[in-house]
Amino acid sequence: MENIFIKYSLLILFLPLAAFVIQIFFGKRLPRQGDWVSIGAISTTLVLAITMFVAMIMKDDPDFYQEASFTWLDMGDFEIRLGFLVDNITVIMLLVVALISTCTHVFSTQYLKGDIRYSRYFAYLGLFTFSMNGIVLANNLMSMYMFWELVGVSSYLLIGHWFEKDSAANASKKAFLTNRVGDIGFFIGIMLIYNAIGSFAFSDIFDGVSSGLIAGSTLTLAGIGLFMGAMGKSSQFPLHIWLPDAMEGPTPVSALMHAATMVAAGVYLSVRIFPILTPDALLVVAYVGGFTALFAASIAITQTDIKKVLAYSTVSQLGYMILAVGTGVYTAAFFHLLTHAMFKANLFYGSGSVIHSMHHALHEKHDHETDPQDMHNMGGFKDRMPITYWSMLFSTLAIAGVPLFSGFLSKDAILAGTLSFAQHHPAHFLLPVFGFAAAAMTAFYMFRMMFLTFHGKPKMPDIIDDIHESPKEMTGPLILLGTLSLFIWYTLPYFNPMSTHGWFTDLVVPSDSVVPGNPSAQQIEEGAHHAHHLAMYISIAVAVLGIFLSWFTYIKKGLSAQAWTDRFGFLYDWSFNKYYFDENYDKYIYQPSFRLAERVAWIDWELYDRYFINGFGRLTNWASKVTGKFDFDVIDQFIVDGTGRMAALFGRKLKTIQTGKLQNYVLYVTAGIIILMVIQSF
Amino acid sequence: MEHILSLLIWLPVMGMVAIAFIPREKEDLIRTSAAVTTGTQFLVTLLLWSAFDSQDGSMQFKEWAEWIPSFNIAYHLGVDGLSLPMVILTGMLFFIGVFVSWNIKKAVKGYFALFLLLNTGVMGVFLSLDFFLFYIFWEVMLLPMYFLIGMWGGPQREYAAIKFFLYTLFGSVLMLVGILGLYFYCGKTFDILELTRVAPEALGGILWWGMSAIKVIWVLLFIGFAIKVPVFPFHTWLPLAHVEAPTAISVLLAGILLKLGVYGIIRVNYGLMPDGVYWFSTALALLGLINVVWGGLCALAQKDLKKLVAYSSVNHMGYSLIGMAAVVAAGEAHGLNMKAAQAGLGGAVFQMFNHGTISAMLFILVGVIYERAHHREIEGFGGLATQMPIYTGITAVAFFAGLGLPGLSGFISEAMCFIGAFPVYKGIVIASTIGILLNAAYFLWAFQRIFFGELNEKYSDLPEINRMELFTVVPLLIITLFLGIYPAPYLDIISSTMDSIINHVVSFATFASM
Repeated sequence: MENIFIKYSLLILFLPLAAFVIQIFFGKRLPRQGDWVSIGAISTTLVLAITMFVAMIMKDDPDFYQEASFTWLDMGDFEIRLGFLVDNITVIMLLVVALISTCTHVFSTQYLKGDIRYSRYFAYLGLFTFSMNGIVLANNLMSMYMFWELVGVSSYLLIGHWFEKDSAANASKKAFLTNRVGDIGFFIGIMLIYNAIGSFAFSDIFDGVSSGLIAGSTLTLAGIGLFMGAMGKSSQFPLHIWLPDAMEGPTPVSALMHAATMVAAGVYLSVRIFPILTPDALLVVAYVGGFTALFAASIAITQTDIKKVLAYSTVSQLGYMILAVGTGVYTAAFFHLLTHAMFKANLFYGSGSVIHSMHHALHEKHDHETDPQDMHNMGGFKDRMPITYWSMLFSTLAIAGVPLFSGFLSKDAILAGTLSFAQHHPAHFLLPVFGFAAAAMTAFYMFRMMFLTFHGKPKMPDIIDDIHESPKEMTGPLILLGTLSLFIWYTLPYFNPMSTHGWFTDLVVPSDSVVPGNPSAQQIEEGAHHAHHLAMYISIAVAVLGIFLSWFTYIKKGLSAQAWTDRFGFLYDWSFNKYYFDENYDKYIYQPSFRLAERVAWIDWELYDRYFINGFGRLTNWASKVTGKFDFDVIDQFIVDGTGRMAALFGRKLKTIQTGKLQNYVLYVTAGIIILMVIQSF
Repeated sequence: MEHILSLLIWLPVMGMVAIAFIPREKEDLIRTSAAVTTGTQFLVTLLLWSAFDSQDGSMQFKEWAEWIPSFNIAYHLGVDGLSLPMVILTGMLFFIGVFVSWNIKKAVKGYFALFLLLNTGVMGVFLSLDFFLFYIFWEVMLLPMYFLIGMWGGPQREYAAIKFFLYTLFGSVLMLVGILGLYFYCGKTFDILELTRVAPEALGGILWWGMSAIKVIWVLLFIGFAIKVPVFPFHTWLPLAHVEAPTAISVLLAGILLKLGVYGIIRVNYGLMPDGVYWFSTALALLGLINVVWGGLCALAQKDLKKLVAYSSVNHMGYSLIGMAAVVAAGEAHGLNMKAAQAGLGGAVFQMFNHGTISAMLFILVGVIYERAHHREIEGFGGLATQMPIYTGITAVAFFAGLGLPGLSGFISEAMCFIGAFPVYKGIVIASTIGILLNAAYFLWAFQRIFFGELNEKYSDLPEINRMELFTVVPLLIITLFLGIYPAPYLDIISSTMDSIINHVVSFATFASM
């Protein structure tokens, strides 16, 4: 029993990798394209994860902690050790990943039936699950970063699954590059910390920070750097732009990666590094999270694509979790991560079920023009797809924060923490305002989505007869996760739907920040406890308000959405167009960057190389021509040949005195002697 | 084992002589001979590795013979942890290069003869311990390279070849002046080990025209090597030479010849003028930053895939330069930070090996598509992923290796360069992390344009990568993956040697002697 945690973790990590390798090389040749290999591997990890979970519950030890590491790279003084860390948070997270991954695998067998790259798809799911578990198990920043990038790749591959579509190919590239922006910060953070502490392991880092090896603004910067990684992965403002586009991927992938697990990795990282975040860094975290929560919710309100609504909702909910970390209640963040993983994955499965059905119905009518994801083409699906409806309704109630459902508990814990933070720091009153306003909007837009999709009259009456409930591989996960949206699973062994008290709060206990100046875990807890009731009342009130407005607008038609749209046209346009972020990034970042690259390349090739470097060639060429000319005209033709010509000239002139007559020679000799004698006489 | 290094150097010459006696029509026999020669050489390099003592940071398998005693010139060879990986890489890439060249139709005999001569030159440079010998081999590489580009290259081959030749010759001349300076001021010896011992002190305090002799010689030699690396602003011969050279020659150029620059700087500049390292390291790191950013931006703008890969070399070698600069961290001024120095120098040397395998892979892959489509315009493809899935998969891994994905070797070396240089050059390192983004941007964008989207009608019958091509690229892929997951075997080879280089640099490093 003692060591099952490390052993099982190893298996949980590597089984999906094995599935990936098998699928990549042999998938196509296996019966059913090998989906059973993947499902087999992944459900084994689920069994192992459940076993670990049960063992954890039995142990009932909030301080449970195991670590195993090995030297990966050793150059003498410089070495990198990688390893595992298993505590209660790890075990819960492993279970979340294994559960949602299994559901996604099963769901996908129907959703992607007949897909041209069916085996490839399952292979990438395996790669993803491997990388995600790697993040979860990491006991150090280096392997965290490595797996961090690997989930980025699996995300890239899966978003681009239908890469024939330009939009999918663009979205996958955008996701990877946006994440890399965050990763630059992540890596700088790692370097700052390693430079000060000389280790990548969390335990060494915590020790190093508490003993003051790194402090003050350096530590703040390091914390913000690491958090930038989280901002990229968890799609926080202003790096939020990739997640909505990532919906180009198959819907089960959206459920697994872009709702439940991968995007939550940023939150997971923030939870792990919480103890070293300085008060300043935490404020940055809180504002980024809080603002994102509200900002994304305000976009979700006007979206018409069912997956886009859910995508912005995910961004918003992740913002909540980040806000919770920033305000100190990081276990609440992890709690929300857990409940959100269940209900949001379920909402995506539900939307997948609807889209799947729409797709088939439209296919029957040979309609390839209508967008199967646009809610304006839906309506009245409630009775056609009862399981999907009820399951989604449960999850919607959860995300809206209605009592008796899971989201209420976790959201309430976050809002209580935020409220308490503002009570202690009145200057930051905006944080709870962000939180409660986002909660109201969430309730509104989620019910708007439900009403538009399932209620009212069908907007396309001709296809409604072809809308059917999805097959059991798809409804199975819906039923399971819909059930898991109920509060009871998170409060056992207690039955109080109003309190988070349960196995989770018993086992996941916040620990103190190691940064001097931060309040202790106990102080934070007490503060949150005091704010709890007030927060609960407000959150119930705003949820009810949101749901009521939604009902009044879309069911009762007491308010006309159209009239409101017209009245606040510019606000609507802003929201509908996502505040023009993509356009502005394109205009002010991408395009200038490409222009810069082109300018640089032009300078390099057309200017520097052609004129400067080749200039030397031309200069040498010119110089050689000049010297050549000089050499020939002056030296050769004039001097050298001139000497020759002179010699020839003399020769020609002198040869006339060579007459061959003895008398002439005697005359010359006599003349010579006379001349010599004359010269001598001077 | 006694003459194993000589065997490595002269084996290709033997092969060349053998090829000279084969009638020119028997092309397959010529190719096979080249394959056997380089294959044998590769096996010998592996043998050398197995016999190498990685705990020993000094020169091993030394050979010494008198050559021109009146000038104190000797035939002196040796191998250490810095050169051994490059020797193995040389053996492997030349062997692979033969198969990449299999489809060369023009003057096969001449091609392979020159190919083997180039092999001798490269091996000679890595193994020489006599500066004169080093220089001879350095020049021996130049000649076959000139003809290989100039005769078997693309449409602009003659221009490219002459440019390559003159550019490199310019560097060689500066290098020669530097070598002679060292010779005359350090007791008239060309022996690198001897110079390593005496040069730091012998050169100390000497002024030439008011400048420290160390600085002058450092710069002369540095430019000579920098042209090979290539370091900005001496890099523009590279894209041209790469674009025009036949695939195998591009592979060797990027895979090995560029590494001679880094190798030379570490072996010669660091070894002979360790005090200069302190003086120059900031410039080195800055040049590294410029290489990263400039090369990355240029790569992003390229329309020709081969030119993109060529500029990616400029970008990638920048990391190496930054890592090299980190050696100074071990000095007193930076708190004897041995960790950083090891990470940086080790990263730089690892990066040169990794770039060797990764860029070789990239050039082979560019060659594969060029062979089929007869062009390399990135925009001219589209949707090849459905047509050539295996090729797409391999290219994806190669591109991801190029953009420094963890799990593939390039990541570790880049990360080590950054981590090593960070304590000393925070600003430069932080600025150069933009490379993390640039690398991803140019590789992924190119990948999208070539492989994603609807299949370009023109290429609906493009054949998949064949067995011979797979044979050339898969070994490199495996090495990239293996070292990415488990870098220890490589780092074990270099570790002791890195330590002795760092200690050497640190022990002599004082500004006073300059």
